[in-house]
Amino acid sequence: MSAPKDLPRMDRRTALQWMLTATASMAARDAQLVAADAASSNAKGYGPDPVMAKVYKPGDVWPLTFTEPQRRATRALCDVIIPADAASPSASAVGVHDFIDEWISSPYPAQAGDRRVILEGLKWIDEESARRFSKTFAELSPEQQLALCTDLAASKPKPELKKGAAFFKRFRDLTAGGYYTTPEGMKAIGYVGNVPSGSFEGPPIEALKHVGLA
Amino acid sequence: MPNITSDKLQDSYDVVIVGSGAGGGQTAYTLTMEGLKVLILEAGRSFDVQTEVAMLQLPSHAPLRGEKTPDKQYGFHDCSINSGWDIPGEPYTNASKAPVDEFRWWRQRMMGGRTNHWGRITLRNGPYDFKPRTRFGLGFDWPISYDDIAPYYDKVEMLIGVFGSNDGLENSPDSSPGVLQPAPKLRVGELYAQKHGKKAGAHIVSIHRAVLTQPQDANTLPAKLHPGNAKAQAILADSMRTRSPCFWATDCHRGCAIRANYDSQTVHLRPALATGNLDILPNAMAREVTLDKKGRASGVTFIDKTTGREGHAKGRAVVLAASSQESVRLLLNSKSSAFPQGLANSSGKVGKYITDSVSSSLSAYIPAFEGMPIHNEDGAGGPHAYVPWTLHAQNAKGQLGFPGGYHLEFTTGRQMPSLNVINGIDSRAGHDGVLFGAKLKEEARRTYGCQMGFGAQGTMLPNDGCFTEIDPELKDQWGIPVLRFHWKWTDFELNQVRHQQQRIREILEAMGGRISAKADNDPAKLIRRGGEVIHEVGGAIMGADREISVTNQWSQTWDVKNLFMADGAPFASTADKNPTLTIMALAWRMADHLMDEMKKGNI
Ligand SMILES: Cc1cc2nc3c(=O)[nH]c(=O)nc-3n(C[C@H](O)[C@H](O)[C@H](O)COP(=O)(O)OP(=O)(O)OC[C@H]3O[C@@H](n4cnc5c(N)ncnc54)[C@H](O)[C@@H]3O)c2cc1C
Ligand code: SF4
Repeated sequence: MSAPKDLPRMDRRTALQWMLTATASMAARDAQLVAADAASSNAKGYGPDPVMAKVYKPGDVWPLTFTEPQRRATRALCDVIIPADAASPSASAVGVHDFIDEWISSPYPAQAGDRRVILEGLKWIDEESARRFSKTFAELSPEQQLALCTDLAASKPKPELKKGAAFFKRFRDLTAGGYYTTPEGMKAIGYVGNVPSGSFEGPPIEALKHVGLA
Repeated sequence: MPNITSDKLQDSYDVVIVGSGAGGGQTAYTLTMEGLKVLILEAGRSFDVQTEVAMLQLPSHAPLRGEKTPDKQYGFHDCSINSGWDIPGEPYTNASKAPVDEFRWWRQRMMGGRTNHWGRITLRNGPYDFKPRTRFGLGFDWPISYDDIAPYYDKVEMLIGVFGSNDGLENSPDSSPGVLQPAPKLRVGELYAQKHGKKAGAHIVSIHRAVLTQPQDANTLPAKLHPGNAKAQAILADSMRTRSPCFWATDCHRGCAIRANYDSQTVHLRPALATGNLDILPNAMAREVTLDKKGRASGVTFIDKTTGREGHAKGRAVVLAASSQESVRLLLNSKSSAFPQGLANSSGKVGKYITDSVSSSLSAYIPAFEGMPIHNEDGAGGPHAYVPWTLHAQNAKGQLGFPGGYHLEFTTGRQMPSLNVINGIDSRAGHDGVLFGAKLKEEARRTYGCQMGFGAQGTMLPNDGCFTEIDPELKDQWGIPVLRFHWKWTDFELNQVRHQQQRIREILEAMGGRISAKADNDPAKLIRRGGEVIHEVGGAIMGADREISVTNQWSQTWDVKNLFMADGAPFASTADKNPTLTIMALAWRMADHLMDEMKKGNI
C-alpha cells in the first residue's frame, strides 16, 4: 500500500491504527490488495507422480499469495539482502521475490510456519518503516532501508525489534537460498558445473596449489 | 517399453517374479537369457528413463527449488514416483512409539524399484562378512563363503559396469583383472582428505560405483558372461553398445537418461525383454503366493491397480523380489492349512533378524578451501573416493566394543547449490548477527564448497529385537494386511556410532576442519533410525540349518522347493558394505541353481 508521502511522524500505536484503517479501506476498494491472512494455504500439492522433466515457475502448481504491497516489500527486501554488483544481478532481478511467494503459498506443512513468519513480518516491516520514516519499506531511500535492516541484523537486536529480527533472518535465508539456486546465483557463488563433457580431468593445477597439493 | 496388461497374461510361465528392482531385474535377466519364460509382476507403473528423468534441470526449475515435500520425499527431481517413507493408502506401523525403537520403511513403487535413484555404490562383502560367528562369536555364519559368491560378483560387475580400483584391502575384496572400469580422478576434497587423513589413520581409495567411465567392452564381455549362448551374447552386445559412458554432470539420484549408470530397467530388463521371453505386468500388486495340492508354489494372486480386480499368474516356480520386507509381508500373508503362520515359515523365522547399516555423520568447515579457484568438480554424480574399514586387528582383539566395522562416504565438493547452500554462513564467516548485502555475497562466494563431511555405514548383526509381523488390525488400500515393525539397537551399534563420531572428528580435524559440533554426544540420538539408511535386509535369512533359517544357501525356501527369494531377505546380516551388489550376485547365483533344478526335474 502506498502511504501518503507527507505523513507526519507517528508513534507506534498511531502507525498501527493507520495501517489497519488503510488496509481496511483498501480492502473495500480492491480485493486484489487485501493482505492475505497468515492461516495455512489450502492449495493442493503436485502429488506423488509429477512430471519431473518439465520446467516450472512460481504459480504453475499452486496459486500465489502476495498482494501488490506485499510483493513490493518483498522485492525491496530481497534487493537489500542481495544487491546487484558489477559481477551479478540483484535477487529481485532473478525473480527471488516470486520464489518466496511460491514458497509461502505452498500447501505443505514445512512451509506453513514460514507463511506466518513472512506475512506477519512484511506487515511488521511496513509498520516499522512508517513509524520511523512515514513510508512503506519499499518507498524508503536505500540508506533508510539499510539502516532498518542493519538494526534487524544485529547480533543482539533491541527487544522491540525481536520479532522483526527473527523475520529478517528467515527472510535472508530464503532469499539467499532462492538466489544461489538460479543460474545467475550459481555463477555468482562459483558453481560452474552441470555441463556435459567428454572427460573429467580432475582438479586444475591452480586448485591443487591453493590447498598445497601441487 | 513393451509391457503387458492383465488380459494378455499367458496361461503359465516357467517363473513368476514379484518386483522389478535390483533382485527381480537380475533374476529376470539371468533366466530369460537362458531361455526360460518369465513374468514380472510389478506394483508400480512403468517408467521411461529416457524421457521422464530431469537430468540437467536446476533447482529453480522445480517447485520450491526442488526441496523435499511429503509428495517427493527425496526432493522434486529425485528419480522416485509414488514412493517414499509414507505412501498414501499403504501404511505400516511400529510397535513402539519411541523414535529410537522405530523402523522407517522406504518403498519405491515404480518400474525398476529403488535402482532408479540409488547411490550406485557397489562394494563387495568380504570373507569376514559372511562368517561373523566364526570371527566374532556373534550373529550367524552365512551358509556360503566369499569364494562361493566371488564369480558372481565378477559377472554382475561386468554386466552392469562398475568403476573402481583394486587396492588389495583386507576384507574389501578386489575384482578379477579386467572386470572394473577405470576409476575417475579424485576431487580436491577427496585428495586433501587422502593426504591429511593419514595422520588420523584414514586410508582413502577410489570407491566402486555402478557408473560407466568408458564404453563397455561389447566385443569381449558378452562371451564371458554367456559362453556358448550366441543369442544372449548378441542381445547383450547390442545393449552395451547403446549405453553411453558418463558425461560428468548431473546427480545420479535423478536417474540417467543416457544409461551410463545402472538401473534395473535399462540394464537388466531391456535385454531381458529383447529375448522375447519376458512379460512385465505393471500396476500389479502381489497379495499372496498360492500353493498346489502337493504344497508347491503354483503362482501369485495380485490386484490389478488399474481395475482394482484380482488376478492370478501361474508359474512352475515363484521368485520373491519385492524388496526384503515386502517379500516377508507376502510370505506372512500367504497362509494356508499347511502354513498357518505364513508361507515357508515352519522355522518361525520369517520376519525375524532384520538389519540395516549402522550410520551416523559429522561435517566440518575446512578453512583451507576458502577462496578456492573456480572449477567444475561435478564428476560422476556421487563420491569418487571413500574410507574403507581397516581396523580389523583391533576389533579381532575385541578392543572396539563392536563386531565388524564401517566405511566412510564423503559429502564434499563444489556441488550444485541447493536452497540450503548458505546454511550456517554467519558463524562460519565469524560474523555476529545476520549477514546481508555486499558482504553476504562476498562471504557466500568465499565459503562455498568449504563444508565437508563423512557418513558412516557399518556392520549390523541380527538381534532378537529387530523383526516384523503382520499388524493384527490395519490393512492397506487394497485390503492387504500391513506390517508392524519392532526395532532395538544393541550396545554394539551404539558403541559403533560412538566410534564413528570420534573417528570422523579426528579425520576432519586432521584436515584443519572446524566441526559443526552436535550438542549431543548420545549415540542413541546420533544414530540414524532403523531403516533410514535404506539398506534393510533380512527377514527370511539363509542358513545351513532349516530349524533356524528360512532359506538354504541358494535362497530357496526350505519348506517350498520351488519358492525362491531374490532381494535382501535372505541376508543373514548387514556387512559394512552397501547391500545391492550382493543382492544381485546372490540373485544370479540363485537363478543358476533354479535352472539347474528345473533341468534335473526337481522343480
Ligand atoms: C536414496 C537411496 C540410495 C541408495 N544408495 C545405495 C547405494 O549406493 N548402494 C547400495 O548398495 N544400495 C543403495 N540403496 C539401496 C538399494 O536401492 C536397494 O538395496 C535395492 O534397490 C534393493 O533391491 P530390491 O530388488 O530388493 O528392491 P527394490 O529395488 O526396492 O525393488 C522392489 C520392487 O518390487 C516392487 N514391489 C513391492 N511390493 C510389491 C508387490 N506386493 N507386488 C508387486 N511388486 C511389488 C516395488 O514396486 C519395486 O519396484 C539406496 C537406496 C536409496 C533409496
Ligand atoms: S553423473 Fe554420469 S552416470 Fe550419473 S546420471 Fe549423470 S551422466 Fe549418468
